[in-house]
Amino acid sequence: MKPVDFDHTVPETLDAAIGALEAGGEVRLLGGGQSLGPMLNLRLARPARLVDVGGLDDLRSATATDEHVEIGAGVTHADIEDGAVPDPIPGMLPYVASGIAYRAVRNRGTLGGSLCHADPAADWISVMTALDARVVTAASDGGREIDMFTFMPGAYRTALAPGELVRAVRVPRFSEGAVWGYHKTCRKVGEFAIAIGVFVADPAKAYCRVVFGAAAGAPLVSPTLASLIAETGQVPDLAAIERGLDTLDPTLSEVKARQLAVALRRAVAGAIE
Amino acid sequence: MPASISMIIGRHRGDVNTGIGARIRRKEDRRLLNGQAKFVGDLRFPRQWEAAFVRSPVAHGRIVGITKPELLAHRVFTSDDLSDVLPIRAESSLPTYKVSDQNPLAKDKVRFVGECIAICIAPTRAEAEDVAESVGVDIEPLPPLVDARAAMETGAALVHESWGDNLFLTTEFDGDIEAARATAAIVVKRKYDTARQCMVPMEGKGTLAMWDERADQLVVYTSTQVPHLIRTGIAQCLQMDQGRIRVIAPEVGGGFGYKCVLQPEEITVSWVAKATGRPIRWTEDRREHLVAGANTRQHHYTITAYADARGRILGLDAEIIVDVGAYSVWPFTACLEAAQAGGNLPGPYALDAYRCKTYSVATNKPSFTPYRGVARPGVCFAMELTVDAIARAAGREPSTVRKENLVAADRMPYTNVTGKFYDSGDYRQGVVEAEKAIDLHGFRLRQKAAAAEGRFLGIGFSSFTEQSAHGTKVFSAWGLPLVPGYEQAMVKITPSGSVEVRSGNHSFGQGLETTLAQVASEWLTVDTDRITVTMGDTGVTPYSTGAYASRGMVMAGGAVSKAAEVLAKRVRTHAAHLLQCRPEDVRLDGGRAVHRGGSVSFAEIARAWYLRPDQLPDDVDTAGLEVTEGYRPDIDTGVFTYATHAAVVEVDVQTGLVNVEDYAIFEDCGTRVNPMVLEGQAYGGAAQGIGTALFEEVLYDCNGQPMTSTLADYVLPGPIELPRFQLRHKETLSPYTRHGIKGIGEGAAIAPGGAIVNAINDALRPLGAELTEIPATPEKVLAAVMAAERTQGVKE
Repeated sequence: MKPVDFDHTVPETLDAAIGALEAGGEVRLLGGGQSLGPMLNLRLARPARLVDVGGLDDLRSATATDEHVEIGAGVTHADIEDGAVPDPIPGMLPYVASGIAYRAVRNRGTLGGSLCHADPAADWISVMTALDARVVTAASDGGREIDMFTFMPGAYRTALAPGELVRAVRVPRFSEGAVWGYHKTCRKVGEFAIAIGVFVADPAKAYCRVVFGAAAGAPLVSPTLASLIAETGQVPDLAAIERGLDTLDPTLSEVKARQLAVALRRAVAGAIE
Repeated sequence: MPASISMIIGRHRGDVNTGIGARIRRKEDRRLLNGQAKFVGDLRFPRQWEAAFVRSPVAHGRIVGITKPELLAHRVFTSDDLSDVLPIRAESSLPTYKVSDQNPLAKDKVRFVGECIAICIAPTRAEAEDVAESVGVDIEPLPPLVDARAAMETGAALVHESWGDNLFLTTEFDGDIEAARATAAIVVKRKYDTARQCMVPMEGKGTLAMWDERADQLVVYTSTQVPHLIRTGIAQCLQMDQGRIRVIAPEVGGGFGYKCVLQPEEITVSWVAKATGRPIRWTEDRREHLVAGANTRQHHYTITAYADARGRILGLDAEIIVDVGAYSVWPFTACLEAAQAGGNLPGPYALDAYRCKTYSVATNKPSFTPYRGVARPGVCFAMELTVDAIARAAGREPSTVRKENLVAADRMPYTNVTGKFYDSGDYRQGVVEAEKAIDLHGFRLRQKAAAAEGRFLGIGFSSFTEQSAHGTKVFSAWGLPLVPGYEQAMVKITPSGSVEVRSGNHSFGQGLETTLAQVASEWLTVDTDRITVTMGDTGVTPYSTGAYASRGMVMAGGAVSKAAEVLAKRVRTHAAHLLQCRPEDVRLDGGRAVHRGGSVSFAEIARAWYLRPDQLPDDVDTAGLEVTEGYRPDIDTGVFTYATHAAVVEVDVQTGLVNVEDYAIFEDCGTRVNPMVLEGQAYGGAAQGIGTALFEEVLYDCNGQPMTSTLADYVLPGPIELPRFQLRHKETLSPYTRHGIKGIGEGAAIAPGGAIVNAINDALRPLGAELTEIPATPEKVLAAVMAAERTQGVKE
């Protein structure tokens, strides 16, 4: 389990990183290395060059405006857990961060890296989908903003173009009355989730979103269930959630659907009860 | 130190209290805990290269061709290169047993994913893996045999074509169960399944081989439990004289049985080192382990139990299928597992009518290897679930029904229906102690209160006997090609009066380095700090078949005891010369030989023998201060410990997650040589058993591809998933072994599957759900709950 032979470049600026990405050949960005490291060792990732952006200050900042909080792609889970970035929805991001793997992984693993790895069972892709966050990219032509639905078309796939990197994640600021719930079911502490349920509601902005994570591919979003909860103000029963799930992905096994439904139910209950 | 032991030994040790029964810290922990131990992976010799294996990507196929990369052909070796190497071949004396030949590098056919096809060498492992990737292997796929039951069907593809079927062995214990069948008020029929597992020692396998010109020997450093056996195995396959081979087991980071068999990599690496003249090392990586080491625990049971209305078991009719995988391991064979399963299923129960058929089935999976508990985690799971199912059918408390069925103390010694000789103990008391520890009565009240809140709590018990230190007759009855006999050990006094112990057994985490020193200290009264224990090197230790089958403490401990006793006598004789008295008047105390007011230290006695022999008379015993002795217990059938485990769980019936809230272990273990070491064995074994019960499972797709090849997919319990274990020990000394020692290394891994799943089923009882397989993953628990929901729905 040793990686293939590769070059290791450490750019000093974001522009240099983009330049290195565009230089051609099989190039991979290395952030905290918590997902890419194992992929390299398993030779599932076989880059000719690694562009190591872990130390780039440009990616490690977080800024806030009245409308949103922008978190650099290189911000670690531990930074978020420790409250070192502005909070767009009170307490949610530190809560989620504190449940990712274990502290040694959180010390190195980054928000941007996690999103780019696009593991269906990871935390941030579901949470950022629930928060309607947008991925901010950089490229030689200036970059763009991508919504989460477009960003992750499926398991381990992103919409990033060659030469494009994730610079930051822009999370809308929620009202003070916003509520959220997050539940993930894991077999043991630090493992990837079996099922994730995310619920975010901001009545002042007429926003309500229901997300299931750790399904087969990209997070599943259910506007139907969101409307139901918004209208009734109640935690839906399992049967209703399972029906909702069935319309989103009829291929889910009964057991998987139950696990997802339970995770969501607990997330909603955590938010509104 | 327990009073019972000092009474038995009956000697004083002055200020030194590091003998049998002392709760002292382990000698080996200083280097182990400070990261200073040297494992195979830490060794480095001049000109050393690293090896990587090309492994089969398919479960079953015919090798059409292997293409070496043109420029690197000299760094790649295949079975054609190893043409002078004999296959691994474990013969068995059991009738109808079919022998498999395993070429260390596959020849003609591959039979499981991960089977070695070629070995590639380079200065670094990464480069060796590059070479391995450039080897072309053309394999014509054959239908894979992924399920043992399907492999038994007529017309199934054949793992070994010459056999005509896929059966290594079928055994039948054909007791008469007709009377039980005719009179039974309760009939319980169940199918049970236990998953395939990997053993996952912290240190994987590793081997480094080189030619030592001075000794004219092949020196093989290998991570093994059985260095002397590995020397025999390598010698057989490489057709060498054993004197030309030295096997050294350096620090070994866990064995559990994984390292008690000859592995193809050991042979291949040895051959390449010999052929190239270079030190060659292979270190198993975690992925290799989880793929090619997926070799244990998988059983399928069909059981019909007959009982009277109160739950008294009248008879048991069983069929056991063991999914053996592709080849037979050497020396323990493909059939040790089934032989133990069929023999041990009745366990601690007084059962008169028993019928059992076992099938050892070849499949396209790695070769079955005995793992801590050997077969008993499976049979204990099957038997204990059956006992609880009978109790539920009788409408009685399962632990009560369990007690009534266990062999009663007044029937000891007891020979059970399969001929196992239980020498001593009170099995029913074991359950009583476990009930007290876990507070059965209080729990039932708590359970009721929790049920009112919609919570599902359950309690489960599991009892077993553990046959340890099996002797010559037992292994011979299992048909093995090699059987252990007398265990030998050497004990000597050094010129400065300290003590050296040498044993061909090995310590790989079980504390033997400390406990053997304690046995020597018991006789010689020297502090264990001044006793050096050397193990695991065929060049410097007396012969031992090694550490397996919970035999180390009984056998090596017994041998050290015997040698130390003889040495103590010689020390007294030498001291008598110096003290001008009779040997029988000298006693040893605190590392000194004492006679009335006078005494001499071991250092003075040693100086006289080694450096100033002029102080000794001419008729001194010329054998000196160095003794090698051989030992085996007074009986040859193994000594039995027994235990009961009790678990309290809470099942989240919505997610299927199981939380083990409380866990109690009662063990009657014979003499506790070092109570702390014993407790460590109980914690470690129970943790592995909880892995078996709740977490660990090798999964295959329909093509026989393993889907759990990283630790993200093969889930092990961590410290947070483990309960705080309550331990209760009782010491019923074996009448047949030195110091009354019994083997205890495997025990705690046996019972958790039964205790935890019985607890889960107790919790799920109000829902009408029952689980019959391990591990009890959330998916399986939830599936059982949802199946019960559907049935209830139909009823309503």
